[in-house]
Amino acid sequence: MRPERPPVLFVVLAAVGVAFFVLPLVGLLYRAPWETALGDLTTPEALTALRLSFVVSLAATALALLLGVPLAWIYARVAFPGRDIVRALTTLPMILPPVVGGVALLFAFGRRGLFGQALDTMFGIRIPFTTAGAILAATFVAMPFLVLTVEAGLRSMDRRYEDAARSLGAGRWLVFRRVTLPLIAPSVFAGAVLCWARALGEFGATITFAGNLPGTTQTLPLAVYIALETRPEVAIMLSLVLLAISLAILVAMRDRYLRAF
Amino acid sequence: MRAAVAFVLTSVFVAVACSSPVPAPMAGDVTVFAGSSLTDAFRKAGDEMTKANPDARFTFNFGSSSTLATQIINGAPADVFASADEANMLKIVDAALTDGAPTAFAGNRLEIAVAAGNPKRIATLADLARPDVVLVLAAPTVPAGKYALEALTKAGVSAKPVSQEVDVRAVLNKVSLGEADAGVVYVTDVKSAAGRVTGVDIPEPQQVLARYPIAVVKDSKNAALAHRFVDYLLSPAGQSVLAEFGFSKP
Repeated sequence: MRPERPPVLFVVLAAVGVAFFVLPLVGLLYRAPWETALGDLTTPEALTALRLSFVVSLAATALALLLGVPLAWIYARVAFPGRDIVRALTTLPMILPPVVGGVALLFAFGRRGLFGQALDTMFGIRIPFTTAGAILAATFVAMPFLVLTVEAGLRSMDRRYEDAARSLGAGRWLVFRRVTLPLIAPSVFAGAVLCWARALGEFGATITFAGNLPGTTQTLPLAVYIALETRPEVAIMLSLVLLAISLAILVAMRDRYLRAF
Repeated sequence: MRAAVAFVLTSVFVAVACSSPVPAPMAGDVTVFAGSSLTDAFRKAGDEMTKANPDARFTFNFGSSSTLATQIINGAPADVFASADEANMLKIVDAALTDGAPTAFAGNRLEIAVAAGNPKRIATLADLARPDVVLVLAAPTVPAGKYALEALTKAGVSAKPVSQEVDVRAVLNKVSLGEADAGVVYVTDVKSAAGRVTGVDIPEPQQVLARYPIAVVKDSKNAALAHRFVDYLLSPAGQSVLAEFGFSKP
């Protein structure tokens, strides 16, 4: 890269841009009750929300890996008609307002929903207001991050290794497991981490589809929202936990993230 | 002569101003922060005010009174705050953010909202503890949630909600969408969702009466118009709009 002296106007506008993102964080740090930080983070409500959030976000990531890696493989390797439209549909939650996602989930898997009604009458399964509902909501908004990252990894890998393995007599499953997967492992890892981070921060779809109950569906962001009115210091500390995790992930993933998109 | 004409004209103006119950129209923008149960009544009140003051514009921010109080304390540009309980209004008063003392302008009662036609045959608060009843309440931080817990306590019922919603309208939505079998909301909410939900009365001994205070927020950019809105709600015309939506006298 050729170093260049930046125009003053760009420097000024860029500085305003940086301030726009940094100032809210400064505000949060400034208001943080450092003296009582540990006490605030270990209140029962905070611990319950922390525990639930880790369960929900990890389960969502596992589900996204199970469904998302095969999906990414198909996007990258199979040129079926309408692929772009299907890919757009499965990427939609990245830019869709999460509340809209939650409403859509209700109309599909709610008790009166298109499929939810059948689930209820046939199997007695009800998804809204359960931890499973919170996991579904998180998977819905977070899985696209994994799919896109893994697809990018698959497209950029050197396929000659697969060809070599095939020519030596390895079956498709063996090639995928022993050649493809190790080669795209960094992408899968990066995708899983991004997916997990997005799942951890999920709010709108969760509160709309799964509701808000401590210990069952009240994840960290929901707990922050509710605590802001009664225990602002708890809300701030929980926000800082989310902030620290997200920032650590973005710093650690900066190369992968940029390469994937 | 000129003085006499001026006097006559002034007298006419004063006479017109005094005899007419309609005050001179005012202009400007007023932002009203109001508890979510006031949604329909305040929209109508805003329309009525705009009819009388064509250059005035009323913008509403509906949410749980507790969220709104937090927003105002943190500097949200509200001109009027109407709370569904006194506790949240008190937060604003304690922060010295009201222009004049709050006035109670409406009352409300609790009701159990159930699916239209009441298929689960819910008759009392005690039924809300039945294992086959999916119950949602407002979060205990929200006035409607606090009142609901009071009513359940009075009835000696320990019912477990599947969700604590962020405001009373979210509770109503969960029932009208059929996701929940029952929710404790205000009489006015059931009325606003007539046809989609049915209301089950809560008898007097278990009933909790909600009193709604309203105040103009200090440093309002348009305090005169904000006060006009509050005065309208307290006037017979405003009270009849509130009554139309099911609110009682304070």
